[in-house]
Amino acid sequence: MQRLMRSPETGVLWAVLALGLGLTLSSEHFLTLSNLALVTRGFSFIAIAGLGASMVIITSGIDLSAGSVMGLAGIIAAFLSARGAGTVVAILGALAVGALVGLLNGFLISKAKMAPFIVTLGTLGIARGFVYVVTGGWPLQGFTDTALALGQGFILQIPVPVWIMLVLLFFWNWVLRRTTFGWYVYSIGGNEEAARLSGVPVDRVKILVYVLAGVMAALGGFLLTARLGLGECSAGLGYELDVIAACVIGGVSLDGGEGNVLGVVLGAALMGLLRNGLALLGVSAFWQQIVIGSVIIFAVLVDRIRVSRAASRA
Amino acid sequence: MDENSNSREPLLSVRGIWKSFASVPVLRDVGLDVCPGEVLALLGENGAGKSTLLKIMTGIYQKDKGSIIYRGEPVDIDAPRVAQDLGISMIHQELTLLPNRTVAQNIFIGREPHKRGVLGRLGEVDTRAMNQKAEGVLDRVGSVASATDLLLELSTAQQQLVEIARTLASDAQVLLMDEPTSSLSAKQSQNLLKLIRELSAQGLCVVFTTHRLHEAFEVADRFAVLRDGEMVGTVAASNTTPNQVIQWMVGRPVSQRFPKREVEIGEMALVVHGLSGGMVEDVEFSLRKGEIIGFGGLVGAGRTETARLLFGADKAEAGEVILDGKVVDIQSPVDAVRAGIGLVPEDRKMQALILNLAVRQNMTLPALREKLSHNGVIDKRGVEKNIKHYIDRLNIHLRSPDQKVRFLSGGNQQKVVLSKWLMLSPRVLILDEPTRGIDVGAKAEIYQLIGELVQAGIGVILISSEMPELLGLSDRVVVMSEGRIQKILDRSEATPEVVMTYASIGHNTVEKVREQAA
Repeated sequence: MQRLMRSPETGVLWAVLALGLGLTLSSEHFLTLSNLALVTRGFSFIAIAGLGASMVIITSGIDLSAGSVMGLAGIIAAFLSARGAGTVVAILGALAVGALVGLLNGFLISKAKMAPFIVTLGTLGIARGFVYVVTGGWPLQGFTDTALALGQGFILQIPVPVWIMLVLLFFWNWVLRRTTFGWYVYSIGGNEEAARLSGVPVDRVKILVYVLAGVMAALGGFLLTARLGLGECSAGLGYELDVIAACVIGGVSLDGGEGNVLGVVLGAALMGLLRNGLALLGVSAFWQQIVIGSVIIFAVLVDRIRVSRAASRA
Repeated sequence: MDENSNSREPLLSVRGIWKSFASVPVLRDVGLDVCPGEVLALLGENGAGKSTLLKIMTGIYQKDKGSIIYRGEPVDIDAPRVAQDLGISMIHQELTLLPNRTVAQNIFIGREPHKRGVLGRLGEVDTRAMNQKAEGVLDRVGSVASATDLLLELSTAQQQLVEIARTLASDAQVLLMDEPTSSLSAKQSQNLLKLIRELSAQGLCVVFTTHRLHEAFEVADRFAVLRDGEMVGTVAASNTTPNQVIQWMVGRPVSQRFPKREVEIGEMALVVHGLSGGMVEDVEFSLRKGEIIGFGGLVGAGRTETARLLFGADKAEAGEVILDGKVVDIQSPVDAVRAGIGLVPEDRKMQALILNLAVRQNMTLPALREKLSHNGVIDKRGVEKNIKHYIDRLNIHLRSPDQKVRFLSGGNQQKVVLSKWLMLSPRVLILDEPTRGIDVGAKAEIYQLIGELVQAGIGVILISSEMPELLGLSDRVVVMSEGRIQKILDRSEATPEVVMTYASIGHNTVEKVREQAA
C-alpha cells in the first residue's frame, strides 16, 4: 500500500478524481448515469488497447500500428459477419488479425533487429491499407445482434466494454505481477542485455508482447466498431497516439521497465473525462485537441520531476 | 601516526574538512598535505570518502567546513573552473571525454587556440597549432595516438592517456586520479604507474586512489588512509606493510587475503574441445568439480570472449562442450542456464544488473523458470525464502528486497549478482573480474564465498587481471593471448613472470616495443 502511495499512478488518480469533482460542480449533466456510461464506454476501447500497448512500452518498444489494427479488426469482424459467420467467428477473426500483425511486428523487431518505431510505422500503413482493400472505401454492415450488444449494451447499467476492460485490467495486472512472463517483460525493459545474460528468452518474450498488443488492439477495435454498428474505414484512425498517451500519462515510462496497467486505465480515463468535460462545457473540438496535448506534456513533466526527486533522495 | 613528507612544502593542503550528504557525514575533520614531486596514494574502503575528498579539492563538491590552502594562500574552490585555473586537475573513474571528437579537440576543449585576426576573434580555431601542441603533450605522456585520431577509435587505456594529456596541457600542478587502473590490464597499469612516477619526477603532485594495494606500494611515496570519513593517518611507503595498511583501512586485522581452502577436487565437470568464434581460436581445457581455474592474460587476449562463447552470449563457430559427461549444445544464454552454467559478467552495471528494478527481481531472474515458478506462475513463497536465504548468507546490506538495485554499493551489488547465480545451483560458474571496483572488506567476503562454492563441488572459472588474486585463488592457470590458449600452468609453477611471458606471446603492440626499447 505504501508503494502505491508514492507511485505515479496516484498522481493520475488524484487528477482523475479532481477533474471528476470539478466537472460535477461545473455541469449539471456530468454526474448523470447516461453521461458516465458515455464517458466510460468512450475511453474503454483505448484502455483495452492500452493494456496490450503498455507491455510493449515496458519492454522499451513502441507500437504505432495500434490504431490501424483497431480499424482492421473491426472491418474483418464486420466482413465476416456480413458473410454469415456467427459472432464467435467474427470476434476470433478480428483477434486473429491483431495477432498476425503483432506477429509480424514482433518477428521483425526481435529477429531482424529492426527499430520498433519504423516497423510499426510500416504496419500502421499496411493494416490501414488492408482496411481500404477489404471495404473498397465503403462502410460494412452486418453485425449480429450479439456483437452489437457487446459494443452497445449494458450489464447492470454499466456498459459491456467497461466490464470487459475491468476484467482484463485484473487479468493483465496479475500477469505482470505474478507470472514469469510478466517479470521477464519488466527485466527486458529495464536492461535487455542484462536480461539476456541472465537467461531470459528475450526474443520469444518480445514477439509475444507484440502479438498480445495486437490482440488487445483488435479487441478494442472490434468493440469500437460494434458500438458504431458498422465497419468504418476511418475507425481507429490516429488512435495509436491516444493509446500511447494513456500509457504515458498513466506512468508507463517510454524508457521502459516501469509502469503498470492500472495507470493505463487511469490515463485513458483522464483523457476521456477531459474530452467529455470540454464538450459539456461547450468548448470547441479544436480547443479540445490543444488541451489534451497540453495535458500529455504536463503529465510527463510531472513524472520527470517525480523521478529526479526520487533519484536525488536516495 | 602522522608522517608528513620530508622537507618539501606542501603545494596544496586541506584542513578540518567536513562534508555531509543529506545529513550523513561523509568526511569528518579531514586534513591532508599534497607535495610537489610526490606520489600520494589515497586509500580506503568504498564509502570511506576518497572520491569525495578529491572532488572537494577539485571544486566538484563544496566543503561544509574547513579550509583549502594553495601555495600558502587560503583559496575558495567553489567551481571546477577555479580549481583548473589554480592548476588542480582530476582524472575521473569514468572518463569524461567526447568520443566523437579528435584527440586534439579533446585535449584543448574549452581552451582552443584561436587564429589571429578577425575570424579568430569570432572564434575560429587554429586547428594546425592545436594539433601540433597536442602531439607535444601526447609524446610527454607516452601515447601512441595521433592528434587527429577520433577518440572512440582508441582503447580505454589510450583514452585515459588523452585525459592525462588534457590535464598536462592545462598546466596542471596537482593531478588527482580516481581509480585510474580499474579498467586497465596488468600491463597497461604498469605503463600508467610508470607515467605517474615520471610526472612526479617532473615536479607534479600526483594523488591517486586504488583498490590494488600492490600498485600503491610500487609507485607511491606516501599513503594516506581514510576510514569512515576520517583520516586514520599518513605514512611513508617505506615505513609500512600491506597488512598494516589494510588494518588501518578496515579497522581490524585481516588474517589472510586469499583464503585458499583444502578442497577435494572431484570428477570432470566441464570439458571444452576446439571452441572457436570471433577472435577466439581452438580453446581446449577441462575443469573438475571443486576446482578453480584461472584465466590470465592481457586485456583483449580473448578471455571474456571465451567465457561468452561458453555461455552462449556469442555464437560459437566450432567446438564441443561436455558438461558432466554429456555433450551440450549451447546456442544462447537460455541453454546455458538450463545446462547449469552461470556467468558473472565484467561490466556489472550494464550486463549483470537491471539497475531500476528491485533487488528481488534481479536476484531471481535466472532461477525463475527452473526453480521458482509452476507453469509460468511465480511461487511467491519460494521467492521470498530464497531471497532471504541469500541476503543472510552473503551478508548483503540493503534496506529491503524491494529497494532498487542501483542504490546499493558496488560490493553489495556484486553480491546480488553472485546470489542470482547461486540460486540456480549451477555446475559451473564463470566469474569475469568479480572484484573489480570493490573495497577490501567486500573482496574478502567474495573470496570466502568462492571458497564455499568450490567446497560445494561447483567448478569455477575465474577471469582476473589482478595477478595476486588470480594466482592466489586458482588451482590451475590458463594463460591466453591473441585468442588462443598459450599455456596451462599448475598452481605451483604459476608466477607473475611466467604468466606475463605467455600472456605477451605474439603481442607486437607498440607499447611492448617501447617497453623493450626503454
